[in-house]
Amino acid sequence: MHIHRYERWWMTFGIAMLVVFLLMIGFAAFADNINPPSGLQQVDPQKLSQTPPFDKPGLRKLPNGTYEAYYVAEVFNFIPATLSVPVGSKVTFYVTSADVVHGFFIPRTDINMMAIPGWVNTQSHTFTRSGDYLLICHEYCGIGHQNMFARIAVH
Amino acid sequence: MVSDLQLRRENRVVIAHIYTATAAIALGAIFGVFQGFARADTIVAPSWFDYYRILTMHGVLMALVFTTFFITGLSLFVTYRSIPRERRLAVGWFGWGLMLVGTALAAVTIISGNATVLYTFYAPMKASPWFYIGATLLVLGTWVVAFEIFENINYFRKNNPGAPIPLVVFCAGATFVMWIVATLGVVAEMCLLIPWAFGWTHGINVLLTRMFFWYFGHPLVYFWIMGAYIIWYNIIPTRYGGNVFSDGLTRLAFIMLILLSTPVGIHHEFMEPGISTTWKMLHTLTTYGVAIPSFITAFAIFASFELAAIARGRRGFIATVRGLPWNDPTFSSAALGMILFILGGFGGLVNASYSMDTVIHNTVWIVGHFHVTVGGPVALTFLGAAYWMIPRLTGRALWKPHVALFQTRMWFFGMLIMSFSMHYAGLLGAPRRTAEVGYLGATTANVWQPYMLLAAAGGFFLFVSILTFVAVALGTLFQNAKTESMDVAFATPAQPATETPLMLQRLYRWGVVALALAILAYAGPLGELLRNPGYLAPGMRTW
Repeated sequence: MHIHRYERWWMTFGIAMLVVFLLMIGFAAFADNINPPSGLQQVDPQKLSQTPPFDKPGLRKLPNGTYEAYYVAEVFNFIPATLSVPVGSKVTFYVTSADVVHGFFIPRTDINMMAIPGWVNTQSHTFTRSGDYLLICHEYCGIGHQNMFARIAVH
Repeated sequence: MVSDLQLRRENRVVIAHIYTATAAIALGAIFGVFQGFARADTIVAPSWFDYYRILTMHGVLMALVFTTFFITGLSLFVTYRSIPRERRLAVGWFGWGLMLVGTALAAVTIISGNATVLYTFYAPMKASPWFYIGATLLVLGTWVVAFEIFENINYFRKNNPGAPIPLVVFCAGATFVMWIVATLGVVAEMCLLIPWAFGWTHGINVLLTRMFFWYFGHPLVYFWIMGAYIIWYNIIPTRYGGNVFSDGLTRLAFIMLILLSTPVGIHHEFMEPGISTTWKMLHTLTTYGVAIPSFITAFAIFASFELAAIARGRRGFIATVRGLPWNDPTFSSAALGMILFILGGFGGLVNASYSMDTVIHNTVWIVGHFHVTVGGPVALTFLGAAYWMIPRLTGRALWKPHVALFQTRMWFFGMLIMSFSMHYAGLLGAPRRTAEVGYLGATTANVWQPYMLLAAAGGFFLFVSILTFVAVALGTLFQNAKTESMDVAFATPAQPATETPLMLQRLYRWGVVALALAILAYAGPLGELLRNPGYLAPGMRTW
């Protein structure tokens, strides 16, 4: 089958471009450790009130100065509804759902993950800028979905 | 040759499919325009207004009903016309009937408020079992249509030993081979959802249903795109007196789409727990691979433009572009769709990226993306093709072609405005699928509002455009006399098809390879999940 010379050039260019993109993504993942959240820990959503740390959701300060924030997503709230962290803190978020699928998204940060009943998802972010951040559910979860949000104050 | 009566009987099957698609897009547009304005906070919604119910209707009608009925109609049309024979039409009608019953069942459950689960129906939100049964019947109906197309291909092969399948039928056949492989995922999901919705099983593995859904959900978009490619390769060149650039490369592009459309679905699940990063990385790689047949297509389409211009003694980019029939609604619609597809492709590379998806996952950027892809190249091409098909199905001249031309341009500008605003608001963090995005006046949310307003304005243009399309489609049916010839000619390749290697004339065995690739791509994540299945959700109604 005859393939035109220009077509060969075009395909070579196209595939080379894809390879460059993939190398950049690979570099970001392996050298800079930029990976999507992929929590593999399981939890029983019906026993969250007896399962530490989700029995007492909220902020914990670790000895090394970073923070862990544990969240429960449920129709149509996040627990805790407010959180306060000092500016410059690195916070690792852990979230699970008590009922249906929810989203866990903090605009203007790296935090964007799905909260699925039965699983704990996790992601970290360093808050370098002070301000009032909005934590919103960005997966449709029912009639009150648009009211499902929480606040994070960074000062 | 087939008799005139036979031709009319065949046409009636196709007309049923195409006008059902038209009804779906018209209803979908009405629901769509309400959403745009409600979200932009410009209308005070009455108390009975249920944003999510209307959003479910809009998504189901546009993404599942309009596209599917159009592609089944188009594929039957090209098959019937390319393989003339005496044939019974019971199978074609049965497929349509099954799809229609399924659609009606799903629509009734949604409108009655028993299935406000959006078109992705994520468990453990639990809809009425009849919603899932309706959706399953819609899919099974498409399998009947696929069977009809395959049966005709087999008939052709038997009676023309050694001859390649006519290119346009090969493209339609490939679309349905891919579709069968892809829909196995949603049928598997329904086998879990239906007994659970009836209460026969007590829990459901949420992550498993999502994996099955996206095994189907991404190739679904390639089903739409293959439908548009059938038209771009085989029908559009006839509008400017051109040829198919290459028979072999066209078949290669469709075979690659059969192979690469399915093993990519995890890129919709990058942000989920329960799936290792290894599998997410693997599906980034395969998703980038599925761009290759689109590269082939981009080259082939533009080369066909240029060769037709050269044949008329015109050379150079400007002369080629100016020589194209921009005043022909069919050509103009598809060509404007191609421009939108380039924008959609850029965005798609971001969405499929393992790392960059974090920025835009589940924001309104995604909504902008799939509107500029399915609502751009796909819907525009389909509407343009309808302007070409309807006269050839009814024998009636197109009603007011200049109005049809206005419709395609209106759509193009409406889509540019709407999708730009959505992309930009998404970058600023506005979420998708949310009735209001004010968040009690939070400062983060304030910056989204102007873009929501702009998106609603674009949506209004689209709404007017769709109404115009419906007017032309119905006007043709009821206003114009039967003056047109019903003859159809598809574009032919510049080089004879006999040069195409035998390997590129196969269809079913590539389907088997595609299934193997899909199983391979999902063996990892699925195995990981089944080894550690975890919690089974009882399901609930949250609306």
